[in-house]
Amino acid sequence: MLLTIRAFELALLRLFERGAVSGTTHTCLGQEYVPVAVSSLLTTADFVFSNHRGHGHYLARYDDPEGLLAEIMGRQGAVCGGVGGSQHILRDRYLSTGVQGESLPVAAGVALHLRTAEPGRLACTYIGDGTWGEGSVYEALNIASLWRLPLLLVVENNGIAQSTPTPAHMAGTVAGRAAAFDVPSLTIISDDVTLIRDLLGDRVRAMRADPHPLVVEFVTRRVGPHSKGDDSRTREQLAQVADGDWARRYAVRFPEQYARADAQAGARIEAIVRDVSARPPSGSVIS
Amino acid sequence: MTLVRDTEREQLRVRENVCLGLERVLGRFPGLMVIGEDITDPYGGAFKTTKGLSSRYPDQVLATPISESAIVGVGAGLALAGRAAIVEIMFGDFITLCFDQLVNFAAKSVTMYGRRVPMPLLVRCATGGGRGYGATHSQSLQKHFVGVPGLALYELSAFHDAGELFTHALASGVPSIIFENKLLYGRRMHRLGTVDRLFRSDTMIEGTTQVGLAGAHAPDVIFVAPGFTAELALQAARTLLTLHEVTSRILVPSRLYPVPVESLLAGAAGARHILVVEEGTAGGTWGAEVAHRIHTAMWGSLAGPVRLVHGRDAIIPAAPHLEKEVLVSDESIVSAALEALRHG
Repeated sequence: MLLTIRAFELALLRLFERGAVSGTTHTCLGQEYVPVAVSSLLTTADFVFSNHRGHGHYLARYDDPEGLLAEIMGRQGAVCGGVGGSQHILRDRYLSTGVQGESLPVAAGVALHLRTAEPGRLACTYIGDGTWGEGSVYEALNIASLWRLPLLLVVENNGIAQSTPTPAHMAGTVAGRAAAFDVPSLTIISDDVTLIRDLLGDRVRAMRADPHPLVVEFVTRRVGPHSKGDDSRTREQLAQVADGDWARRYAVRFPEQYARADAQAGARIEAIVRDVSARPPSGSVIS
Repeated sequence: MTLVRDTEREQLRVRENVCLGLERVLGRFPGLMVIGEDITDPYGGAFKTTKGLSSRYPDQVLATPISESAIVGVGAGLALAGRAAIVEIMFGDFITLCFDQLVNFAAKSVTMYGRRVPMPLLVRCATGGGRGYGATHSQSLQKHFVGVPGLALYELSAFHDAGELFTHALASGVPSIIFENKLLYGRRMHRLGTVDRLFRSDTMIEGTTQVGLAGAHAPDVIFVAPGFTAELALQAARTLLTLHEVTSRILVPSRLYPVPVESLLAGAAGARHILVVEEGTAGGTWGAEVAHRIHTAMWGSLAGPVRLVHGRDAIIPAAPHLEKEVLVSDESIVSAALEALRHG
């Protein structure tokens, strides 16, 4: 799955370069392991709220590159008929939307419903480090803590908000902010999926048994640009980020396995790109 | 769909009718949550419209922190999970803090995902001036929400049963805002049928109520006046009749947007002079939208353009004598009607 997401995002950037996709897109290159690890702790009865950088979140939950690519390209078979596009996906209990911080209060509302009507289930929301600039994050954290809501807040701290490095936009820390609301938090620097699963498993089970919010901060890296070709970092900074990329490390440590898995994922995505590109546009669904 | 019996309703003040309406919808929509700032007992809300509710429904009526944006988001989340939600915004002025949740989340979610997503979310807000609360606690901000795809606007009046409106809005599955003028809360509900010695009311389609002189004759002027402005228009209609021998009819829509065009045109059929009244400030008004819809259908038969009566292009001052200068009054409605007749 890690490599499927990687291949999907790389294919998408190539499609953009060729002008085969309109609009914009935000790839999660370098962060793929976060949703892969988190999704393994969730069930289909849990709600997931994603954001503008959400392809990995969706693919880790549904393994549906066809539906997502068709959505992004506005072709038949699109998850949301081509209306939503890259940033606005709704499928069962999965929803992404494009305004920073907006989903947190909504997730709190869903968690309120779950706590009272479907105990044991939770609402998981992915946000970035930049999202902590939004006031609604704090309003929602406060409510989630006061009302003991099963809200799992996954923070993908990739060190940069569009072009602004985290130290230039965030005073203090994510953990400090969570503590201010009496919300437990955990900071994970590892990108090892198995290790993350082990670290988080008990904490997530505890949230289900005795509802309460939890902030999980992943210190991660955005290997690719913010959207398409708009990376403002220096060559040295980019080289440093690339050095830390999980994929590079895997490739060095397990060269044969990696090459095989990468080729497989790449071939699958290439076939999907060919298939979806050849499809007719999605039908009109504006009502 | 009348929730409150006529005889029962006549005794009530609008505030009590709202409270009763909330209780009826709590019974009607299983699991419905009513949330807002300071709405629980013993306080019962800044305007006492939720008095007693939290004692009877402790798990469904919740007081929230002062977080207008988040509580509308919480309501949207409940609605997304299939649970009806009513969110009270204490002063309608604060709804600006909810603009993102309403416009970019609740309203978008209805259609942004390629299929209709029901969002049984109703945001109630107490609006309007006349109580000396000053510029940030007296506004009528309806116009800022007109024309948002997937967002419906309602306005409470003393002619409309609150429980019926709440039920209708929630059952529609379209996120909605209902504006409730604060001065209405202390007023008594109008009797159905007979309003007073002179005026009668009739229920029309689309939730519009028609108020006119008893006996059938074509009125000289038609007022379109929602909410509290219907009270002002009624007072103006009495003055026009007794002092100026001008007859009028008042159309009181309960739904502001989408504009209830069919009922307004039916109520205005044959009219020569039409005035749209609202409490909001001048410029980009709801009335302009209504006027456009009426012009489009009735351009050939009107004596002149539909006239707009609204607040001045000004903030609302706190001192009563200054506040009076900027708000719509029955006098300003009378003047506007007489001017329309002079120029027609």
